[in-house]
Amino acid sequence: MNAPAANAPAPAWTPRIVAFFCNWCTYTAADLAGVSRLKYAPNVRVIRLMCSGRVDPQFILEALRRGADGVLIGGCHPGDCHYVEGNYKMLRRFGLLQRMLADLGLAPARVRLEWISAAEGERVKTVIDDMTKQLQALGPLNLPGKFADWDQEIAALEQELAAHVPEETEAAHV
Amino acid sequence: MPKPKVAFYWCASCGGCEETVVDLAEDILGVVAQVDIVLWPVALDFKYHHLEALADGEIAVTFLNGAIRSTEQEAMARLLRRKSQLLVAYGACAHLGGIPGLANQFDREDILRSNYETASTVVNEAKTRPQAVTEINGFRPHLPELHQVVRALDQVVDVDYFLPGCPPTPELTKAAVAAILSGKLPPKGSVLAPDTALCETCPRRATKPADVKFTEFRRPHQQLLDPQLCFLAQGVVCLGPATRGGCNAQCPAGNMPCTGCFGPTSRVQDQGAKILSSLAANIAGRTPEEIDPVLQGIPDPVGTFYRYGLPASLLRRRVDLPTANAP
Repeated sequence: MNAPAANAPAPAWTPRIVAFFCNWCTYTAADLAGVSRLKYAPNVRVIRLMCSGRVDPQFILEALRRGADGVLIGGCHPGDCHYVEGNYKMLRRFGLLQRMLADLGLAPARVRLEWISAAEGERVKTVIDDMTKQLQALGPLNLPGKFADWDQEIAALEQELAAHVPEETEAAHV
Repeated sequence: MPKPKVAFYWCASCGGCEETVVDLAEDILGVVAQVDIVLWPVALDFKYHHLEALADGEIAVTFLNGAIRSTEQEAMARLLRRKSQLLVAYGACAHLGGIPGLANQFDREDILRSNYETASTVVNEAKTRPQAVTEINGFRPHLPELHQVVRALDQVVDVDYFLPGCPPTPELTKAAVAAILSGKLPPKGSVLAPDTALCETCPRRATKPADVKFTEFRRPHQQLLDPQLCFLAQGVVCLGPATRGGCNAQCPAGNMPCTGCFGPTSRVQDQGAKILSSLAANIAGRTPEEIDPVLQGIPDPVGTFYRYGLPASLLRRRVDLPTANAP
């Protein structure tokens, strides 16, 4: 990748979405959207899993922690799961995860679950465009930046200790 | 040959970990005979300047319990790290952040206001709060300040080993001390407990259903608990499937479900996400109308799933809290 020229203006922020799509329905739909030459927002990074039931909530948290602004999960419509039960498992986890994430200060729009069948290429486009718009309005989540910010209070004392002269303050404890 | 020097220290903790050391009972005499204790504020009178006077690395091993929540705790953690060859995070708070880590759901200002002003038992009309530096009769006493964020020990300094539990058991403590004294140590960074889920050693294991289908979640005070049947089969949230064993299943044996104090096994990054995944996926319903009422049986997911480990979890803290510390 070419490094941007030093004097170039910083590119405007746009959201980054990590999408977990199931192999049988939503990923195939995304393929269809591509083959049909539908244009959708370039903000999504798709990860193909065999089933939405494979989406461990740890994956979602890890994506957010590493800098995603939102996570999209796509699976087969209820009743259509290739593995019969997988999408129901995702649905059940999703309700509790959304509540927990709200308690941890995340807007509900940051994590989204959609049922998109292999035939619904158009729906992939609509959902990604819509989610991109919503996240654009919410602004960056920037957890890596937040963590660095939180840890400044630790770095501060480290610097202070480096400059610290033991005799002076320890005399008080004798 | 001089005896190896050992230090015990406590940070944001309740004192329960210190109890475990005392719970070694007669065995503690064997330990004391083999080592030279250079710091143990809960039991013996040492001064910090004695510690400062030691050479770097002079202490063979320091057992530090408690989370790191104040500037003083952080400074002591750094000092003990420098003076010790081995630093052991002792107990759930030092290991994962522990119960004090639940404060990571709240803003520091809200916590201080509640504690010093608005709590119903507080009478403080002048709204006096402890200050980092005060001027009294020409003296300037210093007090530690509360950090914005509660941290596990390894989020502040390098940690060699972790002893899990709230508190760790005397057996694990004894085994760890023996391993350290004999130099037979596992790789650095290891958690000194078995690496399998609690269910493996649970006396109720035989009654764990292969296919749990939750139709409701009930909390321990809402029903009489069967003393033999797997808690999951009773619709009671038990963190056993997502929690490291090694505690001799004391809580299930005492007819209480596991609340997760040993933290996750090495294969799991986020204990809370993992138990959420396991419990929720096994709910019986297939539509939001069927599923949501069941999930209402878990009123506080953060407090339930991250009771001992919010600071060490993937998100660490409520993400929309103010960050400026203004030191």
